[in-house]
Amino acid sequence: MRPLLSVRDIKRHYQVRVPGGFFGRDALLKAVDGLTFDIKRGETLGLVGESGCGKSTTARLVMGHIPLTAGSVAFDGQPVTARHDSDWRAMRRRMQMVYQDTLGALDRRLTISDQIGEPFAIHEPLMTARQRHERALSLMDSVGLRADMAGRFPHELSGGQRQRVVIARALALSPDLLVCDEPVSALDVSIQAQVLNLLDDLREQTGFAALFISHDLKVVRQMSDRVAVMYLGKIVETGAPEAVFKRAQHPYTKALISAIPTPRNRGRRERIVLEGDPPSPVDVPPGCAFHTRCPLAMAQCRLDTPLLSGDGDHLVACHAIHQSAQSAPLAAE
Amino acid sequence: MLRYALLRIARALVTVSLIVSIAFVILRLSGDPAIIILGPEAPPEAFKAFRHAWGLDQPIWVQYLKYFNAIFHGDLGNSMRDGRSALQVVGERIPLTLAITIPALFLKVLIGLPAGVYAALHRNTAIDRLIMTLSVFGFTVPSFVLGLVLAMIFAVKLGWLPSGGSDTWLHAVLPIFTMGMIGAAVIARFTRSAMLEVLGQPYIRTASAKGLVWRDVVVAHALPNAAIPTLTIVGFMVGSLVAGAVVVESVFSWPGVGRLLVTAVANRDLAVVQVILLFVGFTMVLANLIVDLLYGWVDPRLRTKRLQAGT
Amino acid sequence: MTIDSGNLNPTTQASRPSGGSFFTSKGRYRAFFETWPPIVLIALFFIGLAIFVVATAPLIAPYDFMAMDLRDRLTPPALFGGTWTHPLGTDELGRDLLSRLIISIRVSMMIAFLSTLIAGTLGITLGFLAAYFRGRVEQLIMMLIDAQASMPFMIIALAVLAFLGNSLFLFIVLMGFYGWERIARIARGLAIAATEQGYATSVRDLGASPMRIYGRHILPNIASTLIVSMTLNFPEVILLESGLSFLGLGVQPPMTSLGNMVGYGRDYIQSAPWIMLVPSAAIVLTTLSISIVGDWMRDRFDPTLR
Repeated sequence: MRPLLSVRDIKRHYQVRVPGGFFGRDALLKAVDGLTFDIKRGETLGLVGESGCGKSTTARLVMGHIPLTAGSVAFDGQPVTARHDSDWRAMRRRMQMVYQDTLGALDRRLTISDQIGEPFAIHEPLMTARQRHERALSLMDSVGLRADMAGRFPHELSGGQRQRVVIARALALSPDLLVCDEPVSALDVSIQAQVLNLLDDLREQTGFAALFISHDLKVVRQMSDRVAVMYLGKIVETGAPEAVFKRAQHPYTKALISAIPTPRNRGRRERIVLEGDPPSPVDVPPGCAFHTRCPLAMAQCRLDTPLLSGDGDHLVACHAIHQSAQSAPLAAE
Repeated sequence: MLRYALLRIARALVTVSLIVSIAFVILRLSGDPAIIILGPEAPPEAFKAFRHAWGLDQPIWVQYLKYFNAIFHGDLGNSMRDGRSALQVVGERIPLTLAITIPALFLKVLIGLPAGVYAALHRNTAIDRLIMTLSVFGFTVPSFVLGLVLAMIFAVKLGWLPSGGSDTWLHAVLPIFTMGMIGAAVIARFTRSAMLEVLGQPYIRTASAKGLVWRDVVVAHALPNAAIPTLTIVGFMVGSLVAGAVVVESVFSWPGVGRLLVTAVANRDLAVVQVILLFVGFTMVLANLIVDLLYGWVDPRLRTKRLQAGT
Repeated sequence: MTIDSGNLNPTTQASRPSGGSFFTSKGRYRAFFETWPPIVLIALFFIGLAIFVVATAPLIAPYDFMAMDLRDRLTPPALFGGTWTHPLGTDELGRDLLSRLIISIRVSMMIAFLSTLIAGTLGITLGFLAAYFRGRVEQLIMMLIDAQASMPFMIIALAVLAFLGNSLFLFIVLMGFYGWERIARIARGLAIAATEQGYATSVRDLGASPMRIYGRHILPNIASTLIVSMTLNFPEVILLESGLSFLGLGVQPPMTSLGNMVGYGRDYIQSAPWIMLVPSAAIVLTTLSISIVGDWMRDRFDPTLR
C-alpha cells in the first residue's frame, strides 16, 4: 500500500549573510537538513520541536510552497514541486494547510461564507454562486459555526471561530492530506481543546491524513498516530506517541518532556536542564547537531551524524543510545 | 558602508544610461528631422545631404552606439538653427539660470525649513494654521500664475520692479521671489510632516521623560531624524537647479536654460533639447546619489542588513 | 505634497460618541461637521460644480467659445464695469470668457482625468508585475521607476513634445506618464506586504491563479490607498498641463484650456487683467478643492499613508 506522502531526505538550505568582519560573511542556514518520513492514508504524523528547528519549513516543503534544495517529496506517487503551475494548482485539491495566524490567513474584505466557498469558485467553475453558498453553509455546520454568521467578516470573529473558518475552507474539497502548522498555538487554552476535538472529529468523519506541527508536546500527543521530534533540521526520534513520551530515548526528547509543567500534587518530574545556548541553524555543529548540549556526548558524536535506527517502530538518532543498545543485548544474555 | 556606496553608484550609472537611451529613443521616434527642419518641399538631394551630415542614414544600432560614443567625447551636435555647438549654446545660458535658481533655493530653504519646524512644534496653534494655509498655495497655484500676479502687482500697478528681461539685478527679483515662495511652501509642508512624524515617535517621549529640556530634545533628537526625509526633497531641488525655472523664465523673459528649452522645443532643435535633457538628467542623478550617500552616512540603519535569527 | 488635515481628523477632537446622552446632547450639527468638516464640504461643492461643467459644457456655454466679436473686445466682467451679456468679460478677440472658461475647464479636467487613469493603470500593472515576479523583472521595473523619479517631469515632457508635435491624443498619453512611478511604488510595496501578510498566500494555497489572487484579493484590499494616490495625482496633472499650455506647447488653438487662456491673457495684464485672472482663479480653485478632498480621504481611509 503506497504511502500517501513520501518524504525522502529533504533539505532546505539558505545562503545568508551574517555579521562579522567589514562586510559580513556568507553562511549556510540549514533550515531542514535531511528529513525522511512517510505518512499513510488516514494517518496523523505529529512533528514537534522548539522554535527554529525547521518544523514550519518542513510544512512548506511538503506542500510545495518553497523549493527543495535536495531530496524529494512524493504525494500519492506524484512528485511535489514548487513551481506554481496548473499541475501544482490542481494538486491543491488534495492537500491543504491550516495556519497559525488565523487573521492573516483570511481576506478581511470578504465574508466568511465567501471565503469558505472560494475553493469551489477556483476548482469547480460550473457551480453557481447559490450552490457555493449552500456548500459553504454545510461546511460551516460541520465545523460548528452557526449559519447566521455567514455574513460576518473575519475581524468580527474570535480566534477560535476564525480557525474553524480556516479549517472549513481547507476541507471544502475533501483533501487527502491536511498540513496543520501550529493551528492552535495562537488560541486560548480552553479554545485549543475545542478546536483540537473538532479536528479529531472531522478526521474520523472524512479520514484525511495529517501532518500536525506544534511546539506543544501535549497537543501533539493528543492528535498524532505517530510522533517525530525535530532538532535543528533533523529528526532525532520517532515512534508512537506513548512510546516517545513515556519511554523517550533521545536526550533531547527527554529534556523536552521534562520541561512540561506538571501540577504540584502529581509529583514533580525531574527537570533536565540543557547546558549551553541553543545553536542557530546557521552554525550547525558538525556530527550530531545536539552534541554541544548533550549530557551523553562522546567523541564520535562530534564526527558522525547519527542515523535513525532502532527496533520496530521506535527509532532514535543517537550514538550513545545505539552503543548501549548494542551492548545491552550482550549483557542480557 | 563601502558596499552601500558602491551599490548606489552602480545604480546611478545604470539610471544615467537609461536616461541617455531614452533620450536617444525619443530623438529617433520623432519622425524625420530632415523634413522637419528643411520643410517638405526641399529637393531629395537636400534630404540626403542632411541625413548624411547628421548620420541619420545608418542602421539604428549603429546610431545608438555612435550616440554613446559621441557623448563620451562631449560631441553632442550642433544647434540645427544657428550651427553652433549645442553644448556651447546651452552652456552660455547656465550661469543665467543659476543666477536665479540658487538664490531661490536659499530662499526656499531659509524660509521653508524654519517655518515647517516651527509649525510642527506649535501644532494646531494659530501660527501653525496660518503657515499651513499659506503653504497650500505652494502647490495649488501654478508658478506662472503666481509670477504673473506678482508682476501685475509689483511691476504694473506699483511700478517698483521691471517685469521682463535680464538687464539689471532688479530684473531678477521677481523670478527669484516667485520660485522661492512656491518652493518655500513645499518645503514648509514637507518639513512639518517629517517633524510631526518624528515627534510622534516613542523615543522622543522617552527623551523628554528622561528629563531633558524640550529644546534639547528637539535639537538633539527630533531635528536630525527629521532631516533625513527632508534631505530627499532638498536634494531634488538642488538637482533641478538647472531645470526648475522653465516656466518662470518664460513668464519673466529671463534668458536662461529654461527659456532656451522652450524655444528649442518650439523650433524642433533636436541637438539643444537633447543636450539639456542629458544635462538635467546627469545633474539629478548626481544630486540623488549624493543624497543617497548622505543618507547612508546619516542613517545607520541603511548600512547593514542584519540576519534575523530563526527559520 | 499634501494638505495636512490633522486638525480635521475626527479622532483628535472630542471623543464623546455622536448622539450624546440624555444629559449632554452633543448636537447633531457638531457631530455632522466632525465627519464632514466645512472646508471639505466647500471643496466637494466646487468639485461637484466642476464635474457638472464638464458634463454639460457645450449646453451651458452661452456663446460659442470660438466666436469672435471684434466690436466687443476687452470688455471687463459684469461687476467690474462690463455688462451681463458677457458676465466674465471678453478677451482680445471679443470671445466670451465665460464660455471659454467652461470649455477650458472641461478640456483640462478631461485631460487630467484620462492621464490619471493611464498613470494609474500603468503604475498598478507594473507594480504588480514587479511584486509577482520579483527577481530580474522587479529590478528592471525598479530601475524604470528610479529613472522616472529622478527626472523633473516638465523636462521630459518638453523633450517629448519637441518630437511628438501637437496631437491632443499623444499629449494625453504623455501626461499619462506623470506619476505612474509613485503609484507603481505603492502598488508594489502593498502587494509584497499583502503576500507577506498571508491572505494572498493562503488563497494561492487554495490553488488560485495569479490573476485571481491579484485581481480578486490584493487589488480590492489596497484599492483605497491607490485611489487616494490617484486623487492626489489629478491636481498635479492639471498644473502640469496648464503650465505646458501656457508655454504654448500643450493644448493647441483653436482648442482652449485653462493654461492657454492664461497664456493669452499675459499680454494684457495691464489693460485687461481679467483675461488672465479668471482662468487662474479656476485653476487654483480646482486644484485646491481636489487636494483638500484627497487629503481628507487619505486621513479617513488610510492614516498609514503619509
